[in-house]
Amino acid sequence: MPDRAPLLRVEAVGKEFFGNRVLEEVSFSLAPGEVLGLVGENGAGKSTLMNILFGMPVIQQTGGYEGRILIDGEEARFQSPFDAIDAGIGMVHQEFSLLPGFTVTENIQLNRESTRHNFLVEVFGERIRTLDRPAMKKRAQDAITMLGFSIDPDTLASEMPVGHKQFTEIAREIDRKNTKILVLDEPTAVLTESEAQILMQSLRNLAGKGISLIFISHRLQEVMDLCHKIVVLRDGRVVKEAKPSDTTVFQVASWMVGRSVETRGESRRQRVETETVLEVERLWVDMPGETVRNVSFSVQKGEIFGIGGLAGQGKLGIANGIMGLYQAGGNVTAMGSKLSLNAPAVSLARNMAFVSEDRRGVGLLLDEPIDWNIAFTAMQVQDKFVKKLLGGLIKWRDDAAMTEAALDYIEKLEIRCTGPGQRAVELSGGNQQKVCLAKAFVVAPDILFVSEPTRGIDVGAKKLVLDTIQRVNEELGTTIVITSSELEELRSVCDRIAIVDDGRISGILPASRPAEEFGVLMMGESPVAVSDAAGGNG
Amino acid sequence: MMDSAKTKALPKFTFSENAKHFLVSNAVPIIFLGLSAAAIPLSGFSMGYLVQEMLTRLARNSFLVLSLLIPIMAGMGLNFGMVLGAMAGQIGLILVTDWSVAGIPGMVLAAIISMPIAALLGLICGKLLNMAKGREMVTSYILGFFINGVYQFVVLYLFGVSGILKLPGIDKPLRIPITNPQLVLSRGYGIRNAINLTGIRRVLDSALPASLRFDFGSGPFTINIPIGTFMLIGLFCLFIVWFRRTKLGQDMRAVGQDMAIADSAGIAVERTRVLAIVISTVLAAFGQIIFLQNIGTMNTYNSHEQTGMFSIAALLIGGATVSKASIANVFIGVTLFHLMFVVSPMAGKELIGQAQLGEYFRVFVSYGIIAVSLVLHAWKRMQERERARRGLRGEG
Amino acid sequence: MDKVKKFIENFGWPRIIIAAFLMCLFAVAPLVGVRLDTSISDTLVRVGMNGVLVLAMVPMVQSGCGLNFGLPLGIISGLLGATTSIQIATSADAAVKSGVAQGLWAALSSALQTGARSALLFAMAIAIAVPCAAVAGFVYAQILNRVKGEEMMIATYVGFSSVAVMCMAWLLLPFSSAVMVWGYGGSGLRTTISTNGFWLHVLSDFQSLTVGKFYVPTGMFLFFLFMVFLVWAFFRTKTGTAITAVGSNPEFARASGIDVDRMRTISVMLSTILGAIGILVYEQSFGFIQLYMGPLYMAFPAVAAILLGGASVNKATMVNVVVGTFLFQGILTMTPSVINNLLKSDMSEVIRIIVSNGMILYALTRKTQVKR
Repeated sequence: MPDRAPLLRVEAVGKEFFGNRVLEEVSFSLAPGEVLGLVGENGAGKSTLMNILFGMPVIQQTGGYEGRILIDGEEARFQSPFDAIDAGIGMVHQEFSLLPGFTVTENIQLNRESTRHNFLVEVFGERIRTLDRPAMKKRAQDAITMLGFSIDPDTLASEMPVGHKQFTEIAREIDRKNTKILVLDEPTAVLTESEAQILMQSLRNLAGKGISLIFISHRLQEVMDLCHKIVVLRDGRVVKEAKPSDTTVFQVASWMVGRSVETRGESRRQRVETETVLEVERLWVDMPGETVRNVSFSVQKGEIFGIGGLAGQGKLGIANGIMGLYQAGGNVTAMGSKLSLNAPAVSLARNMAFVSEDRRGVGLLLDEPIDWNIAFTAMQVQDKFVKKLLGGLIKWRDDAAMTEAALDYIEKLEIRCTGPGQRAVELSGGNQQKVCLAKAFVVAPDILFVSEPTRGIDVGAKKLVLDTIQRVNEELGTTIVITSSELEELRSVCDRIAIVDDGRISGILPASRPAEEFGVLMMGESPVAVSDAAGGNG
Repeated sequence: MMDSAKTKALPKFTFSENAKHFLVSNAVPIIFLGLSAAAIPLSGFSMGYLVQEMLTRLARNSFLVLSLLIPIMAGMGLNFGMVLGAMAGQIGLILVTDWSVAGIPGMVLAAIISMPIAALLGLICGKLLNMAKGREMVTSYILGFFINGVYQFVVLYLFGVSGILKLPGIDKPLRIPITNPQLVLSRGYGIRNAINLTGIRRVLDSALPASLRFDFGSGPFTINIPIGTFMLIGLFCLFIVWFRRTKLGQDMRAVGQDMAIADSAGIAVERTRVLAIVISTVLAAFGQIIFLQNIGTMNTYNSHEQTGMFSIAALLIGGATVSKASIANVFIGVTLFHLMFVVSPMAGKELIGQAQLGEYFRVFVSYGIIAVSLVLHAWKRMQERERARRGLRGEG
Repeated sequence: MDKVKKFIENFGWPRIIIAAFLMCLFAVAPLVGVRLDTSISDTLVRVGMNGVLVLAMVPMVQSGCGLNFGLPLGIISGLLGATTSIQIATSADAAVKSGVAQGLWAALSSALQTGARSALLFAMAIAIAVPCAAVAGFVYAQILNRVKGEEMMIATYVGFSSVAVMCMAWLLLPFSSAVMVWGYGGSGLRTTISTNGFWLHVLSDFQSLTVGKFYVPTGMFLFFLFMVFLVWAFFRTKTGTAITAVGSNPEFARASGIDVDRMRTISVMLSTILGAIGILVYEQSFGFIQLYMGPLYMAFPAVAAILLGGASVNKATMVNVVVGTFLFQGILTMTPSVINNLLKSDMSEVIRIIVSNGMILYALTRKTQVKR
């Protein structure tokens, strides 16, 4: 099959964001009717590659890209997604972009409706053409049939189960007559097993009709079953291109996480199991996009505990749930007594602190100065930075003490700013993150939750942030729970790492275990399968 | 994304939950139906009188209220900026009265004059609302006041026999000529507060006169039906129905539901929103002309001020919300609102002995219904979010 | 050059234009025969009258509830205090005359016949108005907490509705003082009630200064500045800091263990109470209590003034209040006299409408930009 002339050729494509290289020399080709599986960890460069392919404005705004993309042998440089659509590229995104109050038909043909002429068009122009409902319905039916699926074209999107929404999204791309290449970003993530099977069959049908597919998924078994060719991205490079028949799931997983030969010694340091400070049982958290379904684990005093996993699997929900920011349930015992959930004030009063992954949304008062940001939580929860006047009747804000504390942390954490009075919004991402950490340190917590501490900050700041966290752990004995998408980062600072998949913990391993073991856990394979595969390979 | 892969269908709701849902969805018209049912016997008005009154008021107000539908469809909420159209309509009426063009031609001419003015004001309004996404209603509301200032400036200082504003380098003062002494204040510029629209009074209402005789036992009575106006309103309804089926109408619905998705599908979101406001403003101008031809006199500085509030209150009483309104809401709303409007002073007098009280009650209802609807809308949205959440949570 | 540009950007074009316009008016005034001293003292009086009403915007803006278009709610509470205090005064006068008063009531009645009468009555008006405003504000806050993001429009109509409800109440409440009740019906309050003989100019005339036609209402200014100080001090406390954080980023505040709804409630109550006190200050200077539809549009000038002072929809300072009140009232005082003398026509109303609503429009359509 791949012998035919390629429809799409990606030649030596590279991309830098503000001096930060995310893609380098990426090349592959795609023949008509071929299904290409694109796999890689979070941050491997998959989404940047797709953004380039789809002409997203963010690429242009950040200085374009290197290399060439050829479609049917001609170079294409898309200025906008609409150029890409005109060239025959369709994209099904992870997030649904269906209008809830529109029917399947209306969604499939959004802004591409079949219309009829009427006399008023002469006066008011093309937009006043009447919709041709029967023709629209027929087109929708055709697209749905082509997928080999049945759904009533008159159902409202808001009333459809998730699986049907996914099919509607794909049907929308199929409906475009010139679609030659279809990019599917994690299309099965929200589907049940049987729905995923139907989707696989539909995609095979499409490929049989000559449409080429780029299939992005973390469910490696599906990739193995469906694709003709697998391209593995790691750190912005193509590390391997293989045929499914020549490889195994485990091998692909180890290519993804890489550094398979590098075995580290024993754990960073051997911890004596002293006492359990945090005990989590059957925790569920209703955090949109990061639902936690059923999680149990325990953390020892003075430990650095890592929580990893792919995006959207629920790892971020755990800290948010324990700190009371999202609706949660289950049993959490902190420092020996039960914690009542859903009240941030209660969690904070237990001397726990949280550095949120959503720095700008939750972590900072962007419009307020640095000293406010650092001191606020401590002031409100612990009455620090407060002068009591009239026998405690008036709690006066102690601006001098706040400035002093801010100056102290600016020096300790090397926050680059004009002074404690500078507004947080004016700082760079790395310095903002340091402010967030200072805010947590100032309450002197017993347990510190840190989520995505290095997301979106430069390399120098990354190191400083991680070193600071480790130092606080060593010097003050603070128990730390780090949640991160970057496995290597977790492995470098943590004692133990839990991997979360589909809202559950798929395994907890010491950080010293080889990376591919974590990789396999992330892919949603059961621990049994891991040991089997490992046994088979080793 | 957050949906559990295990939940296939939305959970079932019990009958009582469904009934509650129905009551919550239709709370407003039900409450007003109850209020009116209690107040009608108190007021002592005869059935015939009320039916006639309602027909007249339906003819008078429906067009104005209908003009609100299109911005709601485009997700821009209640168009408090419709007063802009009303002012444009009044400028048209002042001019045709000055030129002594009477009858249907006068109305048509007034409509033709007001159209470009309304379109321009609508364009300004639309552009401003695009700058204030998420707070369209307050912005259009304040814009109404602002343009009212401009309107007063034009009508009070530029219209007239002589002018007042001299610009440097020009000999004659700036003015828009109005010569009819019955329109102009005695000082030579500025329009009088009360204008008699003798030329066009009821010309549309009586264009196709029709009357029905009834006898419910309490003596025979005649009901006049303003067929001409109703035909125009019917035409407008047809236009709305048709408009919903056009590409533009479909685009507006899409923009109304989610601007980001509409934008990524290639719909010109901002332009579509501006168009929705322009259409609404122009139609409101026509609506004000129809309204005033029925009243027969115009308060130059007040007639338009209440237009927005009364129309919006009527629409909301009809069961419409900030994000959803139908033609049926318009007619139910106009009927219920004006029923209360007519009945409450008399009911107040009978109940407490003070007609003034009923009048204040009327004012209270107009303001209160808008407040309650806005609050209910926000509250209902929260409830619906809760319902949806419950469906999604799956296991817990 | 860059500095000038930055200054203009921070200050905003409309504000510069209006400040320049006001300056021109003051410059032109003597040329067209308008006395500067009376103009300035008129402006000062109006600043003092309206200052506290403008101040009533601050707590709600700071807590993220937006501009307090629901100010009429506070005003109504103030009116309740005002009318009740006058009712008490007339009842006390009658009691003294007939000599039937006993105990505490007798003591109060005779105290009211002394030189402290005005001050005592005014304090009583405030003492009645504040709890009313606190209750009204609490209820109002419960509504606003359920409609986050749409506060301003709802606030406007809650304010309007409460005015209409009170219209009915003014007719029905059992007031009996002859100076307040309609002469013919014997029941129902009049639309305007004079404060003369009760607490007219009680603040204004305290330590006031008169030089020829130049008059400074010192007491009213001191009171205004005292209120400004109180609000300033409140925002320096732990609770005030929490309210500011809620307005700045509610998610941040929640993650810091703050009860966001509670903070918003406090701010709304505070705004409403300030509105109640503000209208009493206004009336003691103005000389009349305006009932019925009087309070309907009173929020708009206050909103316009604070925006003119440089506040945005979610940030306001004491400087904004003082500068804004001065600019806005300056325009309002100067335009009628100067423009009328220039054009021989009264355009002040039109200018007031355009300036105040233009300012609000500007604030609403300005992008709340985040500098990176």
